[in-house]
Amino acid sequence: MTRRDASRWHPAEYAFWALPIVAYFVFPDHLALLAQIAIAALFAVSLDLILGYAGIVSLGHAAFFGIGAYAAGLLAQAGWGDPVLGLACATLAAAVTGFATSFLVLRGADLTRLMVTLGVASMLYVLANKLTDITGGLDGLQGVEMKPIFGQFAFDLYGKTAYVYCTIILFVMFWIARRVVHSPFGLSLQGIRQNAVRMPALGTPVNARLVAVYTLGAAYAGIAGALLTQTTQFVSIDVFSFSRSAEVLLILVLGGIGSLYGGILGAVVFMTVHEYLSGIDPLYWQFWLGLLLIVVVLFARGGIMGTLRLASKVRA
Amino acid sequence: MILKKCLATLALAMTLTGGASAAEPVKVGLILALTGPFGAYGKQIEHGVELYLKTNGDTFGGRKVQLVIKDDSPGTAGDVSKRLAQELVVQDKVDILAGFTLTPSAFAVAPVATEAKKPMIVMNAATSAITTKSPYIVRTSMTLPQNTAPMASWAAKNGIKKVFILVADYGPGYDAEGQFKKTFEAAGGQIVGDVRAPVKNPDYGPFLERIKDSKPDAVFLFLPPGAGTIAFMKGFEERGLDKAGIKMIATGDLTDEEILDSIGDQALGMITSFHYSEAHKSPENAAFTTAYHKAYPDDRPDFMSVAGYDGMHLIAAVLDKTHGSTDADAFVAAAKGMKWVSPRGPISIDPDTRDIVQDIYIRKVEKVGGKLQNVEFDHVSAVKDPGKQ
Repeated sequence: MTRRDASRWHPAEYAFWALPIVAYFVFPDHLALLAQIAIAALFAVSLDLILGYAGIVSLGHAAFFGIGAYAAGLLAQAGWGDPVLGLACATLAAAVTGFATSFLVLRGADLTRLMVTLGVASMLYVLANKLTDITGGLDGLQGVEMKPIFGQFAFDLYGKTAYVYCTIILFVMFWIARRVVHSPFGLSLQGIRQNAVRMPALGTPVNARLVAVYTLGAAYAGIAGALLTQTTQFVSIDVFSFSRSAEVLLILVLGGIGSLYGGILGAVVFMTVHEYLSGIDPLYWQFWLGLLLIVVVLFARGGIMGTLRLASKVRA
Repeated sequence: MILKKCLATLALAMTLTGGASAAEPVKVGLILALTGPFGAYGKQIEHGVELYLKTNGDTFGGRKVQLVIKDDSPGTAGDVSKRLAQELVVQDKVDILAGFTLTPSAFAVAPVATEAKKPMIVMNAATSAITTKSPYIVRTSMTLPQNTAPMASWAAKNGIKKVFILVADYGPGYDAEGQFKKTFEAAGGQIVGDVRAPVKNPDYGPFLERIKDSKPDAVFLFLPPGAGTIAFMKGFEERGLDKAGIKMIATGDLTDEEILDSIGDQALGMITSFHYSEAHKSPENAAFTTAYHKAYPDDRPDFMSVAGYDGMHLIAAVLDKTHGSTDADAFVAAAKGMKWVSPRGPISIDPDTRDIVQDIYIRKVEKVGGKLQNVEFDHVSAVKDPGKQ
């Protein structure tokens, strides 16, 4: 019963997805920021797939974000600047990397996984730095020139195209993720998270499922990375950095894990607060941001989604 | 008749408001890394910019200058810098983009300057190619090859025949390595060894042994300033490389005034090439350093603050010349070939590359009045960026 309820679209969800359209008209001067919020949201959704549903903790999720970013960047630099093609190739590259490294993640439990994911991301960072001739190293990858989307919509200074493009991709990918997590496959992932030892008794191939979801999460992160490259037409080595992995985890925890919406809400709140605080206090904004996060973690269990659920229960 | 009168009044009112808009403030969007590992850099640039406005007034060419400061830390993430630049142009309606602590930030913003037609003043980012990325970029800091080449030619001329090169394993390190090798070998010097050390917390022990064994006259260093540098210098002394007669030569960012005190006496005797020293002897620098110490008693002026100061001077001088116009083409045309005497010495903007042309000084770390200083004892006049030749 509950499963059917959850997979059906709630009226609040329709309202939620109307917000990006409203935002386009209400904040015409902030579209560049909104586009980056959409990218951060997609990145958080990708982490939610592996952490929130399958329970795989990761401190190196930026590895796939970076692969996607560089794949899209290098492709455009080589002259294939079509955004949709770039997105497809970046997805593939990230998925392949995710698949290859998933076998490392299968070994060991949480602490081992933290180390392994962190290690993979650090290795890729060092590799990108080493291959300065290809990646531009610390100076960043330049000459990323994007063609207009479908030959029609060029990326503009106001970020209109970037915003619409990122939001549509976010919505499509969210819709697919939503289908996935409510499918029997998604439910088996939740079973694995709750008790990995019992799942084989139900006939669930635990390792195969974990490999599949890890690959899927990597592909999603790759799309987010590619979107960042395409909308900024630049790749910095920072895409592989630990701080990016840590930030997405922070966003997800802030928003609430295991609900897909948590990542999106977390990205909206985190990026907005970040932007606002660093605007009013360019020197000490990190202090206030840190304080806010501590307060949320201490007093709002389950993040923003957890609090919202609690609030709706109290009312009901 | 009445209609005509109304129209005339309207026209008059419009010209009046038109005139008033010319006196609107010039908004300068300053993008700097103000927090995180490179926060000290951004702070110094901000100091320089603010000090210029404090000591020279804030009205140039009839328009007041207004700063809009944005933090793009860590400064290595181009996406953040680019978004901030877009917002500065679209939301804050700035007339000029300035700042740029590190290279990725300048590279990422260059297309915004081109598309929005805004002058872009680079106040630190030192990779040679930056000025080629937009016709509206003017640089007032330095380029890496500009400081490296004079060190190599000075060494070759002053009895240093064999050099061991040790650079940090990243882009700027490779650039310094390449330039030093090129200039030094062309001048008849010999490179006896060449090592790239990891950027983060390397153990310099094995490198120091290798350097000692290859018996060079000097070791040329290019390392990111900070704890690693201090560790290297300590090891250098402990393992007796200084007693073996090996000199340490480097570009001056290694003995930057901002960190010189924390390196301590180990830096004594170190020879560097650079475009600015707090100890530079000139009336302009005396006035600058006095004003700086008065305004920021906790910090020491360094090359970053001078680059910010000169960047603001450039904006001011151009506004005076264009009578307040910030049109990008007019701005850049006015900036090209501009010459003035900065606290660092005589400088100019190369009309061909829009990059800075300046004297590079050879300095030695000495104690002056109980304070470690880079004391200048030789110089090369009007050095253009060799990276673009």
